[in-house]
Order: sequence, then C-alpha cells, then structure tokens
Amino acid sequence: MLQADAHLYDIVGLSLRVSFLAVIWAALAGLPIGALLAVGQFPGRKTMTVIVNGLMGLPAVVVGLAVYLLLSRAGPLGEFGLLFTPTAMSIAQAILVTPLLAALTRQIIEDAWLEYAEQLHSLGTKPWQAAVTLLWDTRWSLSTVLLAGFGRAISEVGAVMIVGGNIDGVTRVMTTSIALETSKGDLPLAMGLGIILVALVLILNAVAHGIRTWAAVKFK
Amino acid sequence: MRAMFPLVLESIGFSPSGNVILKNINLRIEAGSFTVILGPNGAGKSVLMRLMHGLLTPSHGTLHWGDAPARPQAQAMLFQRPVMLRRSVLGNVMYGLQIQGVPLPDAKQRALAALESVGLLQLADRPARILSGGEQQRVALARAAALKPRILFLDEPTASLDPSAMRAIEAGIAALHAAGTTIVMVTHHLGQARRLGQNIVFLANGCIKETTPAHTFFKQPQSQAAADFLKEELP
Repeated sequence: MLQADAHLYDIVGLSLRVSFLAVIWAALAGLPIGALLAVGQFPGRKTMTVIVNGLMGLPAVVVGLAVYLLLSRAGPLGEFGLLFTPTAMSIAQAILVTPLLAALTRQIIEDAWLEYAEQLHSLGTKPWQAAVTLLWDTRWSLSTVLLAGFGRAISEVGAVMIVGGNIDGVTRVMTTSIALETSKGDLPLAMGLGIILVALVLILNAVAHGIRTWAAVKFK
Repeated sequence: MRAMFPLVLESIGFSPSGNVILKNINLRIEAGSFTVILGPNGAGKSVLMRLMHGLLTPSHGTLHWGDAPARPQAQAMLFQRPVMLRRSVLGNVMYGLQIQGVPLPDAKQRALAALESVGLLQLADRPARILSGGEQQRVALARAAALKPRILFLDEPTASLDPSAMRAIEAGIAALHAAGTTIVMVTHHLGQARRLGQNIVFLANGCIKETTPAHTFFKQPQSQAAADFLKEELP
C-alpha cells in the first residue's frame, strides 16, 4: 500500500514537473507574442491574431503526432534522443499552451492599451517599451492566464501519450495513468488519480481568483 | 543648439477618413507664452492640441518647431483623465524619465523633487491607482514636470476635479509657467482661462475665429462667434 502511494506521488510529481516546465516555455514565447500583437503596428498583425486565436483549438493528438515526427529517430531533431522522455512531453504541452497564452495575453494587453496608448505615446514610449510596460502592468491578470495555461497542460492526455509513451516510472503522468488504468479495469486507481487531478485544477482556479481579488484591491 | 520655438502651424487641416475636424489652422506659439484654447464642444480643441503634441498627424499643412528638424522630445501633456500605471506613485513619476533614458539614481532624485513640488512626497510609495482623482492628476503633473519639458500641453486638466484639487493643479501649472515652460491649455473653465492665460485662441467648427490677448478677449472679443460664446457662458 505504501509502495503504491509512493508510486502515486511519483506520477503526480512528474505531472506537475512536466506541465510546470511546459508553461514556463510557453510563457516565454506566448506573452511577448501576445503583447506585440496587441501594441505592435506591422503588416499581417490581424492575420496573425486570427491564426493565434485559431491555434487555441489545436487538437492535442495532432500536436503529439507532429512532435513525435520531429523527435523520432529519423526526424530532424532525432539526434537529441528526446522521444519518450519527460522533456518531449513538456515540448508537446508547451506547443499546445503557447497559442492559448498568446491569445489571452493579447486580449488583456489590448484592453489596457486602450487606456494607456495616448499617455505612453506622449511620454515617447517605443512599441517594444510599451509591450514591456503593459506586460508588467497587467501582471496580476497575466498570472491567472498562466494558471489557465497550466490547467490546460496538466489535464491534456493525447499529446503526452504519443510523445511520452506512458512508460511506467519514466513518462507516466496522471492523465495517461487514468487512461491506462481505466482500460485495464483498475477503476479505483483511475478514480483516485482523477480526483487528485480535479482537485489540483480547482485549487489553481481558487489561487487565480485570490490573486485577482487581492490585486484589484491593492492596485485597482 | 537648435531653437524649438516658435511652434508654427501653417494651414493645418485634419480630416480623418474625409471627416473634416480642423481646417486651415494658422497659429504661432512663442517661447514662454501661455495660450488657452477656448471654444464650444466639438470645435476641435483637443484634436488641435494632439496635433501640436505629435499624437496625431495633420492631413494637410505643415508644423515647424523653430528650426528643429523633427518633433522635439522636450514636451509633455496632461490629459483630462490621468493614466496611472499599476505601480507606486514614485514609480509613475520615474517612468517617464526612464523612458527618456535618465539613469536610475538621477531619475529617482528628479522624481522625488517633482513629487515634493506638487506636495505629494508623503504618498510616494502608495500604489498610484488607489489615489483620488485630484491626487492622480497631481502625480501626472509631477510626472510631466519631472521631464523638464519646454512646452506642456494641458487638455482640460481640472475638468473632473473639485475646487481645492483644481487650485492645486492651477498653482502647479502657474509655477511651471513662471519657471519658463511654454503652456498650451484647453479648458472649459472661463475663470481658469482668465486667471492663467495670456493669449486666447478661440476655435469653432474646426476653424480659429480669433487669437487675442486674454485681457482683451474677455472684455472685447474680436469675433461674433466668441462674443456669442462668452454671452452664453457668462450670463
């Protein structure tokens, strides 16, 4: 029983680690993209916005397949031997989450930009400086965006199954375990993991709500 | 050093997507002057100021800053509703300086001095957005003043403030003008225009109807439009 628990902690721990890394990578790409789409003035901005919004609905299994092809032995990045590792899972999740972060960031920054644009132009702020300023000024709203991204990453199953392979003790995370245990008929374990996963997502949302409320009072 | 003044507007027009807002504007702003733009709602006062400040680009005509080749940096603008960033009061005042590349210790020093001049030093560490409207406008004035602009544009800076906040802002503006800053202000407040202004530019329907020294304007406006406007505003 104790052993089973240790096993469970490993699975939960790996899930958290993989998705945490994925959100960090996705944020490094998604937040600047969103900010530039909001304040930038370059040709193709509207088209890019539509594409980014569209990519929010990217099917996870297709992303899994694409990352699989990239990382497989014969693929362009095959030499790094990343397929069936937690890193491959983080990559797949990051690709899934990046458009979500970019689209939500763009929306938040564009709303703030409506209020700030004249003042910042008046002070002589360049577009990239405005993007940085707005990213910092909307940091509390953006932290809830990151939590939303984390929720999407950790509850995803298709892509990590394909690129991780669901190898026991190596790439097995909560969602892939649930899928496996359910098909094996071990419903209690599957349900236990399911409850933990739902609890995690609920806690994340509670934290997001808490941050929003606190920041609204402190900074308006 | 190239001279920034006078600011000269020659047959400036502004008509975004064919909609004529301003036409044939000729105006000269001299160094150290205090110009008040008056006129009914929708006359184009705020647009005219945004064109001068460089927030908008004229559709016709030319705008010269003395013999400077481009828009000089030494200018600032105060808006009707101050925009406060989500950071401390001090951070807000320092922001403009940092954007202009002033090194950090210097920026802090100048920001603190500017806050002291508007009497808000004790609020320096507060988050700016929780202040009252009047305090926020004083922070905005400090932010503008810290930049040491040679010209300051003011778009109805006291329109939504109570009398005591208005007096504080007016005192700050008067002090900046006394220190040599050129001022261009839009206001709906005739008392304010009379208290502060040296020259009145009267605008109606997108045209300048007259440009008159303030003391003459209020006694004897040169245009019928201004006379009617004054009669309505001062019964």
